[in-house]
Amino acid sequence: MERHRIQTPLGRAVGLGSAKSGFEHWWMERITAVALLPLGVWFAGSLIAQSGSDYRTFVAWLGAPVNTVLMVLLLITLFWHAALGFQVVIEDYVHSDAKIWALLAARFICFAAAGIGILATLGVAVEIWTAS
Amino acid sequence: MTKTDAYFIRSSDQVPQRSLFKRYPVPHNFGVSPGSRIERGRTWRAPANATRTKAFEVYRYDPDGGKNPRLDTFEVDLDACGPMVLNALIWIKNNVDPTLTFRRSCREGICGSCAMNMDGTNWLACTRYIDETDTPAKIYPLANMKIIKDLVPDLTHVLAQYEMIEPWLQTKTPTPGRERLQAPEDRDKLDGYYECILCFCCTSGCPSHWWNGDRFLGPAALLQAWRWLIDSRDEATGERLDGLEDPFRLYRCHTILNCTRTCPKGLNPGKAIAEIKKMIVDRRS
Repeated sequence: MERHRIQTPLGRAVGLGSAKSGFEHWWMERITAVALLPLGVWFAGSLIAQSGSDYRTFVAWLGAPVNTVLMVLLLITLFWHAALGFQVVIEDYVHSDAKIWALLAARFICFAAAGIGILATLGVAVEIWTAS
Repeated sequence: MTKTDAYFIRSSDQVPQRSLFKRYPVPHNFGVSPGSRIERGRTWRAPANATRTKAFEVYRYDPDGGKNPRLDTFEVDLDACGPMVLNALIWIKNNVDPTLTFRRSCREGICGSCAMNMDGTNWLACTRYIDETDTPAKIYPLANMKIIKDLVPDLTHVLAQYEMIEPWLQTKTPTPGRERLQAPEDRDKLDGYYECILCFCCTSGCPSHWWNGDRFLGPAALLQAWRWLIDSRDEATGERLDGLEDPFRLYRCHTILNCTRTCPKGLNPGKAIAEIKKMIVDRRS
């Protein structure tokens, strides 16, 4: 950040000072990463187990309360983790005025994708529940 | 040493042997501004009576010349100089080109002056054997620093970042009339951290510092920060953590571990940074 053309080396290094935050972002990255391990294994295992199923069986599987909840948790965790990760990548490499727009776009895409996924999952679940 | 050990560094005191790519697979001078592009310089032949010679390609930049940096080739008489890269550079300066400029002082790896980039790896020229280098050996100044002349980088900013972490003992308790006591176990915690000689091989090799060096403190300063955080005699731990907890100052470290790989003193800045992050976890949860 080029604030002043003539500045002492220490003044330039100190910049705007410490934000005294950043822990939450880093910590939530770890928590979502750890949560993605069992959820990812469950998701991959389930897909393999359901790979021979037809549409009705698969939808019935997804409509079971345990699977619905796990799927919603997976979507939240996955896209939360992705949003945190994209934010870091953008902060690393984008140094122009485009940074703030890129951050907004990354968040929007991740939250929208999570929302669409959750709504679709719940839609299937509601359909199964009302049918039974 | 097994085959994979040449690629994976298992201990930080292991000298990097080789990397998968000699250099990143992008064209030479890719994205480099026209005034900084490195041109081919002149070649200095070895003395006629030399029997064992080796070529050194050395980065040259003269701020007064108004010309681009260039790569000069020096053929060094290995029988006439010592075993280290620094010996070769001193031989060149004494016998071939006295304008070759580099920092050196102790010639035994304790002053940190002769840190430079040899065959793509930052190390001290005085502790890197000529035998270990490629043919021709490629000698560049530390990466990502402004160059003052030839192999002399401008360390002003990284030293200012070191100053920022306040590398001195801070206490509020009145100064005792005798030495400050420290348990042997607490003193042991400083091992692996107090030995840093501030050569900045690590900070110069850190990609996070390349992209965000204006705000990210870099491994050298953060290793020193940890050295004072765990000093049992220090009473400013909280203030130190406040100053470090920042998305850029500390958390721009993505555990790339080039720092650990390149430290010529065998230290582990990557571990020090991880320990700082763990200490912040401890105080928050």
